[in-house]
Amino acid sequence: MSLATSRKDFPILTKHDLVYLDTAASSLTPQSVIDKMTEYYTDYPVNVHRGVYKLSYRATETYTKARENIARFINADFEETIFTRGASSALNLVALVYGRETLKPGDEIIVSELEHHSHVLPWQQVAKKTGATLIYVPLNKDGRITIENFKSVLTNQTKVVALTYISNVMGYITPLETIIRLAHEKGAIVSVDAAQAAPHMQIDVKKLDCDFLAFSGHKMFGPTGIGILYGKRALLDQMEPLEYGGDMNDNVDKFKGDWKDSPYKFETGTPPIAEAIGLSEAINYLETFGFDAIITHEHTLKTTAVKALESIDGVTVYNPSAETGIINFNLDGVHPHDVVSFFDEDHIALRAGHHCAQLLIKWLNVPATLRATFYIYNTEDDVKTFIDSVKRARAFFTDIGF
Amino acid sequence: MHQLESLYRQIIMDHYKNPRNKGLVDDPRYTLHHIKNPSCGDDITIQSFIEQGVVKDIRHEGSGCSICCSSASVLSTLLKGKHVDEAQALTTNYLKMIMNKPFDESIELEDALAYQGVTKFPARVKCASIAWKAFEETLKKASEKHE
Repeated sequence: MSLATSRKDFPILTKHDLVYLDTAASSLTPQSVIDKMTEYYTDYPVNVHRGVYKLSYRATETYTKARENIARFINADFEETIFTRGASSALNLVALVYGRETLKPGDEIIVSELEHHSHVLPWQQVAKKTGATLIYVPLNKDGRITIENFKSVLTNQTKVVALTYISNVMGYITPLETIIRLAHEKGAIVSVDAAQAAPHMQIDVKKLDCDFLAFSGHKMFGPTGIGILYGKRALLDQMEPLEYGGDMNDNVDKFKGDWKDSPYKFETGTPPIAEAIGLSEAINYLETFGFDAIITHEHTLKTTAVKALESIDGVTVYNPSAETGIINFNLDGVHPHDVVSFFDEDHIALRAGHHCAQLLIKWLNVPATLRATFYIYNTEDDVKTFIDSVKRARAFFTDIGF
Repeated sequence: MHQLESLYRQIIMDHYKNPRNKGLVDDPRYTLHHIKNPSCGDDITIQSFIEQGVVKDIRHEGSGCSICCSSASVLSTLLKGKHVDEAQALTTNYLKMIMNKPFDESIELEDALAYQGVTKFPARVKCASIAWKAFEETLKKASEKHE
């Protein structure tokens, strides 16, 4: 399918005059995903794994095929593909189970200031509980994680490396292949936050050789409330469940129970059935474009926009070298919340604030920032509208005395 | 033209650029309350000095957008010198106004009336309310202290 005609696939874009530049927070939903989820609720809205009747069989089949498709998408095995509420709860599962079970005082956990809160706070808590130490990779002058800087903090005590694949604020791609190889040489495992990567680049967990990897459905055309945790089978097998209850158990006695194998032992309760089916359809939709075309499109729009922004006096772009479609910027002297209301008036939706990454905002030494992100449905016209609005916003705020 | 223009042109820029009663004091007679909005970074602390049922002084400190910072300054000028009951009535009325609920227009909100424009920007109502909610908390704390 062509990127140029993709806008018509999104009901929100056909119904509203909207320039949507907030995909890094949540992507828009195409009609095909909405239809698949509606089909579940309309035609076979029943539980999986339990009922021995035709409708339940259909639900279970469709739900199982969804997992197979999602596993194939990242080149994982079925048993290694766990449904969670989102990337956040997937990353929490790694820290709260693997981290708590294996770390000891003196062990080191490497994280970075580029991490989303969901990839720092769980490890902070684990460090407190286990006596392990949290170590930050120093960022280079652009705010990047480099292999050299990673080497400077990697030691024989490093047991866990928890890093983002693509920063949700700076849009930088972390050189993970080398980092993962180096970490494995020291015997450390690597947890990857791929929430910003999965929607934009091909992920092959076997080639990457990461130990855990997490992403969310709603940033890649899928529904909210579902995400994926990939884990290597050998690690998942040695991990306890995080939650206990229905569906995850094998045999229940009065004083003990035992658990199904992965992925089911990590998924108690009725799963997000419609969401799993929706995410699988979102992947089908995503794959019709091909990742090369997607990343080229986003990066082209971003490059045009950054060039234009840099020519406006009183605008600072913090990540001009980003290789993805994320622009992190400010109007000098104007709080991002003031600016974002101006954009809102022009029907441009983008994000202002901390982007769930306060460590990076502190590293940049600013109160907050604006973030514009591009995806397949954005066009050169969107860039023009956006740049025009930035120019008028700059003039407006200067004029009224900011 | 942008509705922002009418919102900002009025009182707001004046109080944002030249805040009144800014800076906290080290005085045990004041009660203090701090509110932070972690998603955008608005961060406001209000200090009130209440004596014999009168709001003798209000101080504020913090960082955030123009709506948030200016509203702390505006509230300090409006409520300073008022009786506690009156200050509370004004606060309640102001919060109703910015949340687009029916409010008593006979209560004179003076400069704070400028924030009525915020109703056109529902996403900014929080910015305009933080300082006032913090002030409300200082009133509560002061009355508890008194009891």
